[in-house]
Amino acid sequence: MTTTPTERDPEERLRAGFDATIARHDRIEPRDWMPDAYRRTLVRQIAQHAHSEIIGMQPEGNWIGRAPSLRRKAILLAKVQDEAGHGLYLYSACETLGVSRAELTDLLLAGRQKYSSIFNYPTLSYADVGTIGWLVDGAAICNQVPLCRTSYGPYGRAMIRICKEESFHQRQGYELLMTMMRGTDAQRAMVQESVDRFWWPSLMMFGPPDAQSPNSARSMAWGVKRNSNDELRQKFVDMTVPQAEALGVTLPDPDLRWNEERGHHDFGEPDWEELAAVIAGNGPCNAQRLAHRRAAHEDGAWVREAATAFAERSAGAGAR
Amino acid sequence: MSDESGSIFDGLIGGDSSQWAFGTDFEDPLAGVDTTVPDGVDHGELAGYCLMLGDDALIMSQRLSEWCSRAPDLEEDIALANMALDLLGQARLLLARAAAADPGVVPALPDGSPVPAEDALAFFREAEAFRNVRLAEVANGDFAHVVVRLLLFSAARLALLERLRGSADKVLAAVAAKGVKEVAYHRDWAGRWFLTLARGTDESHRRLVAALDALWPLQDELVATHPLERSLARAGVGVDPASTRDEVDAVLDQVFAVSGVDRPDRAPLAGVGGRTGRHGTHTEALSRLLAEMQVVARAHPSGRW
Repeated sequence: MTTTPTERDPEERLRAGFDATIARHDRIEPRDWMPDAYRRTLVRQIAQHAHSEIIGMQPEGNWIGRAPSLRRKAILLAKVQDEAGHGLYLYSACETLGVSRAELTDLLLAGRQKYSSIFNYPTLSYADVGTIGWLVDGAAICNQVPLCRTSYGPYGRAMIRICKEESFHQRQGYELLMTMMRGTDAQRAMVQESVDRFWWPSLMMFGPPDAQSPNSARSMAWGVKRNSNDELRQKFVDMTVPQAEALGVTLPDPDLRWNEERGHHDFGEPDWEELAAVIAGNGPCNAQRLAHRRAAHEDGAWVREAATAFAERSAGAGAR
Repeated sequence: MSDESGSIFDGLIGGDSSQWAFGTDFEDPLAGVDTTVPDGVDHGELAGYCLMLGDDALIMSQRLSEWCSRAPDLEEDIALANMALDLLGQARLLLARAAAADPGVVPALPDGSPVPAEDALAFFREAEAFRNVRLAEVANGDFAHVVVRLLLFSAARLALLERLRGSADKVLAAVAAKGVKEVAYHRDWAGRWFLTLARGTDESHRRLVAALDALWPLQDELVATHPLERSLARAGVGVDPASTRDEVDAVLDQVFAVSGVDRPDRAPLAGVGGRTGRHGTHTEALSRLLAEMQVVARAHPSGRW
């Protein structure tokens, strides 16, 4: 240090402490000082993640009632229930930053906070349950494992639990597809058709190319985000190709091939215009997903009011 | 990038399959259990009895799972899914028991079909072959509706399972012993919400009473006796639901009293020519429920899931 702390104003000292914590790759905890912009970035990212878990219950929840075996029904119901649990952890992490679950829900329903655009795609066959586990949860894990080391403590700890469960879900999804591939021709065709639909949207889950990602640089400097979009996308493709071969499905990209020189797979360009359209609210299911969430929230309002009234009455009775 | 995510993905191919939830393939839920039918018990009757208890659980589970992503709060979403999972687990054991006791109850599927018996029973029977009470199948309503339905259902099922723990059939006794713990929680959850809604706001009270009024006529079927139940109770294998009636009444009256809600003054819903859900005569709601539940399985009678 070139200057002693007492020579600086208090805010500057706090900022220096924050910067030093980040530089050491230590955790920032709820009671530590943090810049307002860091807090805002975290709230935005954690809320978006929490909303993704909750909205993400819908595409797979769509098939709980039609699961074709009792064992698969149990697996799927337990998985969708886990997603509700992940939403709870993440909303709780957000509450340590001073924003309540109710406020975040209002922001989601008002369209002022986003969720992962992958959930604006429809689920059209039971194979989609497996494909979502394999590709969508797989891409999510790629994005999320580095977040276990994110600089904000409560977020990082929530992510450790979530990643363990997500990797479980991914294996279950892959196992469903493996089982279906050992089934009938119709089932194999169903798996291939599902992979064809979800491959490109899965690649889009890593976000726009680095050159066009407006929030990435600062998030990386703060240790909120640990890897660039393009790095993670490449990693995902490299990991997925051998899995697709083992499964016996074709990934729908004519440009996909191993590049010996780079030591990575080359692959085609996702349709970024489609991603932009989905993010802008024009995806196949944006309106449906939000309407479903809004209906659940509004239909439950009288129940939450009743629970609050009952709790107040009980507390009052206890005080007397 | 760290290798942490790599190691997670590496586990997909090969790896230790014992780590997978629900196993890596279908496993007979009764594997390793003594499925010998007790002496003097009619195999067909035992199977029919298991279908009654199993179908109650299966159809109730299906209705509860419809709440997924629709509950008033995340905590209740998780609780409802838990209860649906508990009942689904009970259904699997009971349907498997029915098939083991009398393979004749399992619908025929194409030669070589890998569909296990529990799934053949769940997905390939017509509505009239289901033996669940009508309370389990009627369409969902609002949150008060699910609270009341669960209270009525679990009060009766808990009283029944407590007695069934002493069944001469070892499988039924084991299913009951496990189920008692689960259904005790269901009854507790429903009882707490019944009280909360009754003493919450004017609106919640009104909705609760409306749900109770609508569902009460279906309560009696839970404690009415089908001849098969009487026969198996005599053999020491089943429980006559009528023997639980006083206890169930007492439990419900206590919940009503604490909540300040009157016991409804409504007659039981009549059957059709005396036939109700236990005889395979259902409400219009069941075939719709089955149409949804069975659609994928029926499209792939030789499918492997």
